Order: sequence, then C-alpha cells, then structure tokens
Amino acid sequence: MDISPEHLSDVARLAWPGDDLTRIPDWVYTDQGVYEREVERIFHGRTWNYVALEAELPNAGDFIRSNVGPTPVVVSRAKDGAVHVFENRCTHRAAEFCRELTGNVKEFVCPYHQWTYDLKGKLQGVPFRRGVAGAGGMPKEFSPANHNPRQLAVTTHRGVVFASYAEDMEPLAEYLGPEVMREFEATFDGRKLVILGHYRHSLPGNWKLYHENLKDPYHATLLHTFLVAFGLLVAGNKSLMLADASGRHGVMCSAKSDPSKVTAEAKGEMRAFREGMRLADPRMMDFIDEFDSPWSVTMATIWPNLIVQREMNTLGIRQLVPTGPNEFIMKWTMFGFEGDSEEMTRHRLRQGNLMGPAGFLGLEDNEAIKFVQDGMLRVPGGEHVVALDPATPFGTSQTLISESAIRGMYRHWREVMGL
Amino acid sequence: MTDARIEALLLRADIEAFNAEYCARLDRQDLDAWVQCFAEDAFYVVISRENFERGHPVGLIYCEGRPMIQDRAFALLKTAMFGPRYLRHMVSNLSVAPQPDGSVQARANFVVFEVLTDRPDARILQVGEYRDIFVREGAELKLRERRCVYDNLLIPTALCIPV
Ligand code: FES
Ligand SMILES: [Fe+2]
Repeated sequence: MDISPEHLSDVARLAWPGDDLTRIPDWVYTDQGVYEREVERIFHGRTWNYVALEAELPNAGDFIRSNVGPTPVVVSRAKDGAVHVFENRCTHRAAEFCRELTGNVKEFVCPYHQWTYDLKGKLQGVPFRRGVAGAGGMPKEFSPANHNPRQLAVTTHRGVVFASYAEDMEPLAEYLGPEVMREFEATFDGRKLVILGHYRHSLPGNWKLYHENLKDPYHATLLHTFLVAFGLLVAGNKSLMLADASGRHGVMCSAKSDPSKVTAEAKGEMRAFREGMRLADPRMMDFIDEFDSPWSVTMATIWPNLIVQREMNTLGIRQLVPTGPNEFIMKWTMFGFEGDSEEMTRHRLRQGNLMGPAGFLGLEDNEAIKFVQDGMLRVPGGEHVVALDPATPFGTSQTLISESAIRGMYRHWREVMGL
Repeated sequence: MTDARIEALLLRADIEAFNAEYCARLDRQDLDAWVQCFAEDAFYVVISRENFERGHPVGLIYCEGRPMIQDRAFALLKTAMFGPRYLRHMVSNLSVAPQPDGSVQARANFVVFEVLTDRPDARILQVGEYRDIFVREGAELKLRERRCVYDNLLIPTALCIPV
C-alpha cells in the first residue's frame, strides 16, 4: 500500500508523549496516516493473519472470501488439497472478481472481461488474447504468468488457516510463542471442527480497541454485570492475563467460581454485583469441562486480526477487518466439534447468548468501544491513561486489576510503527 | 361470503393485531410484556439469512423455551449496558397457513428502525422476515416459534432490543 507524501509528513509530526507507556495519545486511534502505516507495516508486514477455518473449505474447489487487514482475499482449496490465499483483485482492470461469500468452483472467472484464474489464483485464460481474424488482441509478449494476483504465504495449524504478505515468515509456533500456543492448542485440541454459523457486524471504533478490550481484564469485572452476577469473572477469581514475549499476543484466562464466595471487599467495588440473581433457565451458564486446561474461559488476542473465544462451551473465532482508523468489521465464526451430541450443540448455541453483537457481554463491549471512539472524535487531542498495576510495567499480569498487557502491546506497536 | 373465508379473514386479523401488539411492546421496551407473547415451549431465534439458508443454527439471540426468553428480558433490563435508543418495528406482507394440528404457520416482512441520541437519522437496524408458528392458549394467540431471519449481513454495532 502506498503512503502519500502528505501522510508521511503527517505521521512524522506525531510524537509519543512522555517516555513510558502509561499514556496513549488519541492519534494512535484516529489518524489516517497512522492507519495507512499500520496496513503497510502490520497487516501487510511480518504477521500471520487469520483468514479461514479449514472446516469451511473441506473439498477441492471450495472457497471463501476473506480479508488480510482491509484487503479482500480469496481462500481456496486446490485439487492437490492445499489451501491458497490470493488478492481478490483482477489483474486486468482491478475488479474484485470473487463476489460470493462462499462456494465451490472449478476456476474463478472475472465477470467483467472473463479473465480466468485457477484454484491457486494463477491467471489461466484471457479471452481474445490473439484478437479476432488477426486483428486486435494482447501484445505478443504478454505473458499470463506475469499477471497473477498477489499470492500470500499460507500456514495452517489444527484447522486454522493463516496468511502473510511476508514471504519468509517464521513458523506459527515461533510467532505465537510457547505460552500462547499452549492456550491455542487447548481450544483447538485436535478434534475436527464443525461450523455452527457466523455473526458479522461493523463497529465505529479503531481496530486496536478490540485487542485492548481483551487485554483489559479490569473492565470485565466492572462493565459486565452479567458475568459478575453469575460468577463467571469476579475480582478475586483465579485468573491470569498472559502476554507473549513480544507483547503483541495475549490470553485473558479465568476460572469460574461460586458467586457466594466473593469477598465483601470485592463486592463493595463492583457496582454490578447483585446478591442472589437467578436465571429462569440456568442451563445457559452450565460449564461442561471438555478441555485440558485449568481455565473455564480464555480469550486469546492473536496479533493482528484474530480473537479466539473459549467462553466455557461457546467457541468462536473473531476476525478483525479494519476499514479505516475509525471503523472496523468483525466476522465471527462459531464452531463445535465433530462428535458433539445434539444436546452439546444446543448447549453451545444457548450459551452463545453471551457473545456476538446481541450477546449479554458482546453488545456491551461493542457499545463501550463506540463510546471510546466517540469521546476521541468529539473531544479530540487528548490521551488515554493506562497506568494500572505499575509493579508490572508491561506484559503478563497475575491480577485482573492491571493494564500491563495493553502497555506490552504498545511497546511492540511502537517498535513496528517507528512511533 | 362463505364461513371458511370469513374464518380466514378473522384469523388474519387476529395475527395482524398480535404482530402490532408485539411490536408495540418492543417499541416501548416493555420486555416483560414481550415475553408474554410466547408459549411456554416457544423457540425464538434471531438468525442471519446467511446462516439460515446454509443450515447453520447460530443465532444472534437463541432461546429454547419461555424461561430463556424471560432471561433475555431480565438481562437486558437489569444487567446490560447500552446507549439510549428508540426503535420502531414495522411488519407487513403477512401470509397465513393454518395447519391440520390447529397451529398456524405465518410469515411476514419486518423492518426495524433505530434512532440513537447522537444522530439525526433513523437508521435501518434490520430488515427481514418473521417465520412463525402460532398456537392458541384459550382465546389468545401465542408464538410457539418465531424465527427472525434478517437479510442485512452486517449488524451496525450491536442489537440491544429483540426483533
Ligand atoms: S477487469 Fe477482470 S477481466 Fe477485465
Ligand atoms: Fe468485555
């Protein structure tokens, strides 16, 4: 992605306030030049971006439309069984040629002038390449091999497909680091995935706020009355806010507890805490312990565009698709496992009421992120305070009342962004 | 008019009146009254057309039985944080098909407008179709099933009040 000179100079004028990470300036979330640099250096840079689950592409010829950052890509399974990822942009006149969300094809045909691409994204056919009756057509030296859509590197792990613009990316295990990989493999435990469906929504906020929300265990104990009231996440619970060595990835981990065990001190701080709330149908909050993990809930933020949700038994992928500094789209893919009984599938679906854009927790996070962006756009030029837990300057924290994982993320971000 | 035709028109009028009352309860955000629109064993789901047509069961809201619908109302009224808003639910193009077992299948189009406090416009929050099964409890109609199948792929920010 090209950065126009005036944007370059805009970004060059920006300076991080102070010498630590406890203050984050608004321009990190609102500046167009910063956003364009993020696309270039992060989404199109040295990162593994989530693009699909293999369960969405079981057969040769299966494809889905996806994105790497804002950039539309096609994810397809070729005849040899390998998954390919390439830009969804015709090399003739730029048409976004793959329009269906998903399907099965023998080849991709651009609707405009019917250039065709094979399942690996290689240009195959150009109609009237040699003209008609000796007249017209492409120049003699035109070579289709030089006109393939941009191909991305692909890696898959436990049924999850990642793509990268960098041709020499380190293996995924190295990219995630051992601790985040352990949590990833606790959720993707080797059972075959079954797709249960999608949620899609837009959100008028900066894409990083979504990462920060899941690196901010403090909010979970305060914003989410429902969580607190039913003992899913309570200050004082066994919990961990994990960050990898680089600071870019994180996993918020907690263990369900008995709400009657909440200390008087914690109750006093949590306005949300209500004694003796009861559900008319308590099945929704059942936890069936199906994972080899001490945690009943883990939320993994995998840089730069993936959230893995294991909220008790409701499981899902959230893919972040930024559309500018002030908005992003989220595509959720909810799944279960092969071998789930019908009752287990229904349990996952019932528990799904917690999450998504109408979820008891999900709608609150979306609203909160909108409020944050509103605040910055309407009272501009300020900064955020992320100073909780000074004993941990950045990275992994044992307490929920900490913002060290957010600081760790910005330590990494500043390095990559040169800001 | 034949008796059968009069009966069909009366049933249609009943369902239209039911839908108008259902929408009125949601529009004034009287969710406890909204819960009473459902039969005890009701199934209620708000599902994207994408999922519905592919046979994927995931719903934005997924309730098996009136107790879960009641929990939805309770959670939204007592625990959920969201910005203030007004909603208008519009229903039209009703079609009605009585079933041999006495239940009634019905379909209708819906549009939900949403007005936030910080924007001048009413935006379209959802457009879609109700796919319903009605039963009678005494003289009263109740929903045994309501599938709200919405067309717009992207939800704007959040769906806070049911459809
Ligand atoms: S734009 Fe695709 S074939 Fe012309
Ligand atoms: Fe949250």
